[in-house]
Amino acid sequence: MSAVLDIVSIVLMTLGGVFCVIGAIGVLRMPGFYTRMHAASVIDTLGASLIILGLLLQSGFTLASAKLVILWLLIFFCSPTASHSLANAAYSRGVKPWEPDQGASSSSKN
Amino acid sequence: MLRFHSISVVFSLFAFWLLLSGYFTPFLMTLGLLSSVAVVWFARRMDVVDQEGHPLHLGRGVMGYWPWLIVEIVKSAWTVSKLIVHPHLPISPTMLRVKMSQQSPVGQVVYANSITLTPGTISVAIEEDEILVHALTRAGADDLAGGDMDRRVTACEARS
Repeated sequence: MSAVLDIVSIVLMTLGGVFCVIGAIGVLRMPGFYTRMHAASVIDTLGASLIILGLLLQSGFTLASAKLVILWLLIFFCSPTASHSLANAAYSRGVKPWEPDQGASSSSKN
Repeated sequence: MLRFHSISVVFSLFAFWLLLSGYFTPFLMTLGLLSSVAVVWFARRMDVVDQEGHPLHLGRGVMGYWPWLIVEIVKSAWTVSKLIVHPHLPISPTMLRVKMSQQSPVGQVVYANSITLTPGTISVAIEEDEILVHALTRAGADDLAGGDMDRRVTACEARS
């Protein structure tokens, strides 16, 4: 039984890691400010959730699991708030969203 | 109402304290309870114990909304991941304004945060009863403009 749990949790954590890497690649590949933020949100939703789910299976029914759930809730409440204030600050400072016809070269200036 | 609210905050804080500390000896538990009471006492003096800080009334509605939101998050995270690894990076960034039909500030926060939490859409600014949203693709923008999420948040607000 514990071997099955181990395998499931290893698969979940690996998948979470894969999504974190995909998010990081996205942050590098995306043009412009707002599009990079979209890539980063894959990390703190799916990436973090899968890793925490894998860790939950490892720790079982203990106090550590309760702390992991609290951590997950914290990420779910704080990350959109932080993303919104980042986007809002950029918007009120006049950061223009990237347009497809702008070309890749001008995107870094945004 | 406010008294009930304060008691509920004390219990939530104490439960939080127990979970984080893991101490179950009577002396330390008394100290934990006393500090929860002290925090709520200070919060009441600062006049911040209200429905906004401790939205008990959303409890029932949120239980039906969260599972749907989690499924949406997984679906759109998968879509965005596919876009990222696609060799041509087929994105079509759009800015759009969506109406929000929520009445209370808490409902509006739930809607705006749900938009940001879903990968591929970010709420950029709140303008009266509209949210300015940046979407990664036109398809994602059309999805949001359909108003399914808006209706569900309003329903969850109304059910409470």
